[in-house]
Amino acid sequence: MIEVKDICKSFEDKEVLKNISATFEKGKTNLIIGQSGSGKTVFIKTLVGLLRPDSGQILYDRRDLTRMKLKELKLLRREMGMLFQGSALFDSMTVMENVTFPLLMFTRDSRKEREKRGQFCLERVNLTGAESLYPGEISGGMMKRVAIARAIALNPKYLFCDEPNSGLDPKTSLLIDDLIHDITKEYNITTVINTHDMNSVMNIGEQIIFIADGEKAWEGNKDEIMSSNNTRLNDFVFASDLFKKVKEVENWVNEEG
Amino acid sequence: MIEALRKFGRYIILMLRTLTVPERWSVFFRQTLTEIYKLGVDSLWIVIFISVFIGAVLTIQVSLNIQSPMIPSFTVGYITRETILLEFSSTIMSLILAGKVGSNIASELGTMRVTEQIDALEIMGVNSANYLILPKIAAFVVFIPVLVIFSMFFGVCGGYLIAFATDMITVAKYEYGIQYWFQPYYIGYSIVKSMSFAFIIASVSSFYGYYVKGGALQVGKASTDSVVMCSVLILVFDLVITHLMLAK
Repeated sequence: MIEVKDICKSFEDKEVLKNISATFEKGKTNLIIGQSGSGKTVFIKTLVGLLRPDSGQILYDRRDLTRMKLKELKLLRREMGMLFQGSALFDSMTVMENVTFPLLMFTRDSRKEREKRGQFCLERVNLTGAESLYPGEISGGMMKRVAIARAIALNPKYLFCDEPNSGLDPKTSLLIDDLIHDITKEYNITTVINTHDMNSVMNIGEQIIFIADGEKAWEGNKDEIMSSNNTRLNDFVFASDLFKKVKEVENWVNEEG
Repeated sequence: MIEALRKFGRYIILMLRTLTVPERWSVFFRQTLTEIYKLGVDSLWIVIFISVFIGAVLTIQVSLNIQSPMIPSFTVGYITRETILLEFSSTIMSLILAGKVGSNIASELGTMRVTEQIDALEIMGVNSANYLILPKIAAFVVFIPVLVIFSMFFGVCGGYLIAFATDMITVAKYEYGIQYWFQPYYIGYSIVKSMSFAFIIASVSSFYGYYVKGGALQVGKASTDSVVMCSVLILVFDLVITHLMLAK
């Protein structure tokens, strides 16, 4: 479980995160949603320790990340897996080398053992036969799956995904969402996903935090999001015609009794 | 001035993170070998090409400028050798390599930064500075003496070609000149100098690449800035090291 308490973060005079508190539970897909520029990426980067918060606490199973020394932070990071917006695969390595890289750095496993584990992770993300290809030779969706395989190679306790569907078509987006959701359940991981994709929200949003202008503006789940009266949330959720229609149909059904 | 001090502080912090014990020696050695090939062996052809031509041009220019009955003609070989050994193969070659190797390092690390590959390493708990930069510094510092020796040899060979192909100086006199009053210390001085320059090129260009913010435009700018800064520092340290090692 990850607990965030009153996190603030500013860049020079600009306050990007304003007293955000939240709890991300184990075995659930926790979503952070908000418009571009609302502070989502800064929030997730602060959460994983790539940025230091100005104030507040970030507790990983009661271990405070903000008070950790570099050595402790490095150890904690070995319990984390992260899927970046652009996948962040290492260009100079093959798919298999990318997936087994964390094992190479942090375990004493032999090459054979590493490859066995790498093969298992690639099979888990339904990506076999691409082991010897380089990131430049595979599609965006495959890159995301390789990045997920790499993120789970060390059996992480915490999984972070920054815009996992960006640049993907709706069908591949659903596949990636389902994969993240299944892995979360299977390994009982605390998963935090940063997204502005409403399809993802409706598909896997077990717990949702809505950030607007650096503040937590709403919290709930995918069943509550459609019926919320929060104006800022509604502006975000019903920005697309599709969801406006869904809302109209829902209202009509409610009126009809 | 404050900005320059801040930059210097960040460079020192980066070097403190870089110059630590590698997490896995086997990975470090493998990376270093790859970098030796990429930064060093790949630069060999340009070093040989430039050295032959500069050696040849130097011989022609010296021979044209010292046509005097008061100066023995073997002086052409002597001056060519001294110029190549003392300044060309170390300083001028390092300035050229700052363009080739420095821009390569800065753009590689810059691209890794903007595509979040460096963040990915950090999230895994890897000291990204140590993992990425230390092999580059080690490889270039270790391999540059080889480049310098090649440059010296082929520079002198360039002059030999002129002696052989033209009648500006006889081969015998050129050979005598390049052996005349030879001081092995100058080779050591040149190698020490070039190793310092190699450290400057690898570390400064890594610094510019590692801290890139933005996109492709900023990566290009970092690459250019690193070459400019490396060139300035090479010239400043050339003066300092020469004063320390040669001035009496």
